Amino acid sequence: MRAADSAGRPIPSSVLSLGAQPLVSANAHAAPAHGGHEEHHHYTTTGLDSRKIAIWAFIGSECMLFASLISTYLIYKGRSIVGPFPHTAWTNPQTGQVMKPILNIPVTSASTFVLLMSSLAMVLALAAVENKDKPLPAGAGLGDRMLASSKLWLWATCLLGAGFLAFQAYEFTSFVHEGLTIKTNLFGSTFFTLTGFHGAHVTAGVIWLGTLLAIDYKRGLGPKDALNVDIAALYWHFVDVVWIAIFTLLYLIPD
Amino acid sequence: MATVAASPTYASHATGEKEGIMAWLTTTDHKKIGTLYLHTSLFFFIFGGLEAVLMRWQLMKPNMTVVTADQFNQLFTMHGTTMVFLAIMPLSAAFFNYLIPLQLGARDVAFPRLNAFSYWVYLFGGLFITIPIFGWMAPNGGWFAYAPLSGRTYSPGINMDFWVLGIQILGVSSLAAAFNFATTVINLRAPGMNLMRMPMFTWMSFVTQFLIILAFPVITIALVFLQFDRFFGTNFYQVSAGADPLLWQHLFWVFGHPEVYILILPAFGLVSEVLPTNSKKPLFGYPVMAYSGILIGFLGFGVWAHHMFAVGMGPIGDTVFSLTTMLIAIPTGVKIFNWIFTMWGGSIRFTAAMKFAIGLIALFTIGGISGISHSSPPSDLQQTDTYYIVAHFHYVLFGGAIMGIFSGIYHYFPKMYGRYMNETLGTWHFWLNFIAMNLTFFPMHFSGMLGMPRRIYTYDANQGWDTFNMISTAGAFLLMPATLIFIYNFFSSKKGGEPAPPNAWDAATLEWSIPSPPPEYNFAKIPVVHSRYPLWDLTHPERTKDVPHTDAGMVHTGEHDVVDMHIETETFTAKQLGIPMPSATIKPFWTALGMVIMFTGLLMMPHNKTAGYAGIGVGAAMLVGFLYAWLTTPLEEHH
Ligand code: HEM
Ligand SMILES: [Cu+2]
Repeated sequence: MRAADSAGRPIPSSVLSLGAQPLVSANAHAAPAHGGHEEHHHYTTTGLDSRKIAIWAFIGSECMLFASLISTYLIYKGRSIVGPFPHTAWTNPQTGQVMKPILNIPVTSASTFVLLMSSLAMVLALAAVENKDKPLPAGAGLGDRMLASSKLWLWATCLLGAGFLAFQAYEFTSFVHEGLTIKTNLFGSTFFTLTGFHGAHVTAGVIWLGTLLAIDYKRGLGPKDALNVDIAALYWHFVDVVWIAIFTLLYLIPD
Repeated sequence: MATVAASPTYASHATGEKEGIMAWLTTTDHKKIGTLYLHTSLFFFIFGGLEAVLMRWQLMKPNMTVVTADQFNQLFTMHGTTMVFLAIMPLSAAFFNYLIPLQLGARDVAFPRLNAFSYWVYLFGGLFITIPIFGWMAPNGGWFAYAPLSGRTYSPGINMDFWVLGIQILGVSSLAAAFNFATTVINLRAPGMNLMRMPMFTWMSFVTQFLIILAFPVITIALVFLQFDRFFGTNFYQVSAGADPLLWQHLFWVFGHPEVYILILPAFGLVSEVLPTNSKKPLFGYPVMAYSGILIGFLGFGVWAHHMFAVGMGPIGDTVFSLTTMLIAIPTGVKIFNWIFTMWGGSIRFTAAMKFAIGLIALFTIGGISGISHSSPPSDLQQTDTYYIVAHFHYVLFGGAIMGIFSGIYHYFPKMYGRYMNETLGTWHFWLNFIAMNLTFFPMHFSGMLGMPRRIYTYDANQGWDTFNMISTAGAFLLMPATLIFIYNFFSSKKGGEPAPPNAWDAATLEWSIPSPPPEYNFAKIPVVHSRYPLWDLTHPERTKDVPHTDAGMVHTGEHDVVDMHIETETFTAKQLGIPMPSATIKPFWTALGMVIMFTGLLMMPHNKTAGYAGIGVGAAMLVGFLYAWLTTPLEEHH
């Protein structure tokens, strides 16, 4: 019984009536757990869920992470002693052959486009989850039904993300065939580390979105999950924006 | 005011199910995690102290042979690393954990399980980096591990691998905790507590979290480069491949200087609680104190190259960093004056905590002044890499951070354990510590000025350093009994100290409005805050008549308005009050262990590929598996 403490002393009603405010904290979970219970209303100072604030703090930290990587790349730009070089021709010391600059800008432009499109799909996925409860308009056509499908857009985001990773895998292997590894020169070390770090972030994002997709298949994502999707989306857009910076600074601006 | 029950009763009720060791392994209670941090970091503090004593013994007289040159290298590397990453930072984290939710009027941190994860990563990372010294295989490249010296070419052994991977592990712990506490402060303040009403400790901790969030990724990347150079043969610090030998130094100090403020700001926060309470006056210039903390944090990112005046940056670089360094002394000085004005005209109660707080003001000022003396490059060129620098940073770190933390421990012990620490022993501890500290470090100003380089394992007689070294060693030996007194006092007072009421020092902030030790749910009723000093509004309104108040949280009862605030003396269980609490869980523990096993696998790679892959595989599987399990289980159980 609630009216007495462990020692049997009665609990003053002042305390009882004042207590029972829920723990001021967020529920960091993706699965439905409150079978039967109504959702607690968690008081927060800003009115925002704590996870939303934490992801922004995390993104701030990630900015410094990529800033350090990109700065190092820029500091070392043009300081490699041996080729391959990104934007200038180089002579293969073994064969004496003059080789083209190693970066393949058309291919990377295509992969950049793919990643940007994945951000668009992400926006549509979030909108679909947020609007799950709204009935489709009368006479809704295929377009409306497609827009309302969170599964479709989560699939699209994941596949476009995976497509970007496939481009990256292709780029990395062809560079290795042309004689550039992470050990070859300063360009190789900085290039593979920076783009590899970015690729690892994309991979984590694909796994994250894939998990959301699995939940969507299992029990259907709805407006109450919008925050979970929103946070994943913030991360995803951030990873995209970082790529824009990398693409501009590494690929588009010559030495 | 009722006194508190004879022994802490909250532990067995905290989870309702788990007892004994499992209660600690599975806890998500910020107070218990704070207690874990406190004990672990005190252990590492003692350990790092013993390493220092061994070094001082070796340096007592010229040409001693207590340890070898390489052992000496390991000792100073591990002493610095231990004190910075395993003692002072987690001692501060102990207070973040224990105090931030209590000072904010919250029931826990924003992410209780992430909080447990941070602690376990810290513990395992600390062991990872510490254990090798038992086989004299410890890191030996100095706490700032300058590359290329720390690269495979010049440091071929496993020693620096422990350092590179260990610091990486500890960084995960600090970052996870920083996201958590920053979010907690932003989002879990009690109604009415706007930023300008936050207790100063929480303020300084808040700034510290941002420094961690922005500075740690930089060292993470510097370490990734070093790790890749050492393990995969990349060229980041390979001068023969065209690398810049200063890259590491820049990256390290972009992190390193904010890091010194990460170490000192929480201690500043603690004494900013102790001084007003024991002067019975509000903190002088509260807004200026908050802003100067922010300014220090901000400027702290623009001074890093003052550690590099000797590398030949040229006149422009030297001038810029000299000026910013001089500038940062201003907000620091402002704090010193505000503390002095806080005491000015107060009726001061010289508790042990107060003595340590005043000790901080005195000793930190000396360190600040020597700091300014090497903010000028021509002057620094005489001082850099000498014992003068060692004197400087020990005055700010020992005289500043450690004194502040001791002050905080004496002050908050009654809140944590419901009992006071012994004041007589505290006074002995203070004076012995104060005298020994000055005996150890003051002569280093002279030995440094006379040209004694830092990080030498021995020296020849008759260079004018002999007496100073003898005195420094005597001081270091005296620090041992001082610390022993503290340790004895700490542990004996838990059971035998004089019982303390909830508001043990007649203080002003929310953490003192609840029983000691606090119940698992902290606040039976989430308080409403209407000024900076809610409890003084209740008990000493005359002290707070000049600080801003709002109407929110006041109860209008006809003639007089009274504050809706009371000091709670009774402890219940969360179940009785129907307050949902985070469930206990072992998952953060296993997730953390998995991560450290993964790093151990990486460590093994150059020596035994099979063991390496096995470690990485098992560790990664544990990490991912338990992380998934954790994220898909709800935080709270339902009553
Ligand atoms: C008034 C403020 C301060 C100024 C002007 C200042 C200035 C400096 C300068 C110029 C150096 C580099 C000296 C050299 O290596 O030649 C230095 C080193 C150092 N300072 Fe400070 N400092 C200040 C406060 C602090 C604080 C608050 C801390 C930490 C709590 C701190 C910790 C250190 C450490 C650890 C080093 C040496 C790092 C190493 O070489 O291992 N300083 N300080
Ligand atoms: Cu500095």
